[in-house]
Amino acid sequence: MSATMRVRLHEVAHARAGDKGNRSNIVVAPYHPDLFAYLVEQVTEDRVHDLFRHKGATACTRYILPNLPAINLVIDDALEGGVNSSLNQDLHGKTLSFLLLGELFVEVPTDLVPNRQG
Amino acid sequence: MSKKTVYIGSGAGFAGDRLDAAVPVVATLQQRDGPRYLIYEVMGERTLAIAQRIKMRNPDKGYSPYLDAYLPKILADCKAHNIRIVSNLGNANPVGGARRVLEMAAELGIADMRVAVVHGDDLMTFMRAEEIAALPTIEGVEIDGSKIFAANAYIGARSVAAALALDVDVVLVGRTTDAALVLGPLIHEFGWTEDNLDLLAAGTLAGHLLECGGQVTGGYFCDPGFKDVPGMDNLGFPIGEIDATGGVVITKADNTGGMVTRATVIEQMLYEVHDPAAYLTPDVTLDMTNVTIADDGPNRIRVMGACGKPPPATLKVTVSADGGWLGEADLIYAGPNALARAELAADIVRTRCQRQGISDPIRFDITASGSVFDNHDGIRRRGENRPLDGEYRLRTAIRTADKACAQYVNDEVLSLFCSGPAGGGGYRCNITGQVETASVLVPRGPVEARCSVEEIKP
Repeated sequence: MSATMRVRLHEVAHARAGDKGNRSNIVVAPYHPDLFAYLVEQVTEDRVHDLFRHKGATACTRYILPNLPAINLVIDDALEGGVNSSLNQDLHGKTLSFLLLGELFVEVPTDLVPNRQG
Repeated sequence: MSKKTVYIGSGAGFAGDRLDAAVPVVATLQQRDGPRYLIYEVMGERTLAIAQRIKMRNPDKGYSPYLDAYLPKILADCKAHNIRIVSNLGNANPVGGARRVLEMAAELGIADMRVAVVHGDDLMTFMRAEEIAALPTIEGVEIDGSKIFAANAYIGARSVAAALALDVDVVLVGRTTDAALVLGPLIHEFGWTEDNLDLLAAGTLAGHLLECGGQVTGGYFCDPGFKDVPGMDNLGFPIGEIDATGGVVITKADNTGGMVTRATVIEQMLYEVHDPAAYLTPDVTLDMTNVTIADDGPNRIRVMGACGKPPPATLKVTVSADGGWLGEADLIYAGPNALARAELAADIVRTRCQRQGISDPIRFDITASGSVFDNHDGIRRRGENRPLDGEYRLRTAIRTADKACAQYVNDEVLSLFCSGPAGGGGYRCNITGQVETASVLVPRGPVEARCSVEEIKP
């Protein structure tokens, strides 16, 4: 059993957000394929939903694509009305991939965390 | 079975994309042996609505204003090398756009330019607004029939293929699916029929990967120190290589920056997708759950395993209506105690707008870090213990049917110059007309029966 460490999702995965109406979708993919199982275990619908509740999110649905590997997160009512009615400066919620990457923490094997030294 | 490979490059992924991105794509396509196409995807829901309004004022206009920005750079080379252009630069008026392309060819001294258009996406030509308002809504606001001024159905790739069969150099469409710009040429080249579902799925996936231009070649991807991308100032736009068996390779223009890697392809594959097992288009329901990707040399990714199921019995329609006004204003505070001064400025404007009786919600952001992550009430900002010193911008926003209300709020922010807290500067404001959109579903039969193609003559 190798040592683990708690890191921001941003350390071990990348993401892109898109919008359709008042629904956001965020693709999350690990930098190392061996991290995928840890993401599947820890980037759960409930934890993601909690991050967007203050914006009015009503549900999060997760789709797992092990072949890529990647996770597709679909968050309902996350966009403060969406591009039609949002007063947020980011009408499409394009920045929200970095809300997820910055505020969700995961516990992963230390040797799978990319070395950022130097 | 045909051994040929079809090469499809992207020149733009949205209205506003780099004006010169297509130039190296065309230079690269010239070196390839086989049918070659260049697509420009420049239409969003809002773009089309705005174009409809322009067309109402001037029936010759309403095609994309980017037509004149993009095409002169490559039109002569495309004609000379038989690189055919397929684009939704037609926006609300493909016929007007086609006439402009013919005019442009004449100006540039290009002989024998031939242009065709696809008709049939505009529901307003055969349905009353009340009928459109009664269609089932799947997304967006409930639309009041009296305010509808545009309703366009997403047409599939077969109309694009039919237009290419007219043997033209350029096909301009209005509202089709974005992927149809790629799938249309593939249907034309390979003769894929409606029951070739896995092939249509592969072509649709190729279209989905190419339609956003540089988003699959390192654009909208780079995160310095984490996801580095070389040559972002000369981002190479993508080229898809597709064969008759549905084999797809995504690569990019030669002698450019950017990169095509597993990671850039994964981010784009799921971009704006909900259920990856059911990506609905009028041509096929694409199932990506078994898709695998593999390295195929430097800046080459092979995409395999797209599965097709029959398409839905309905077409998606974007309905647009008048959406009132969005007013925004901001003022910046810096240095010692800047946050307290910005918060006081917000309180002053809030109180004065309440006193004025403005009932539409007004948003107050103090932008420095994370205001886009916050909600209407600034709940995160209030819970944080931010340094009072720094640089903070008060930003207000209101949506209202009454333009005077938007003006009032902006004027209140402006008046902070002399009547607000100390040291505010850099006032900026705007008031912009808004469009509300909704997605509704229409049975495909009556719409598709009206779809047609036409060559536009000089």
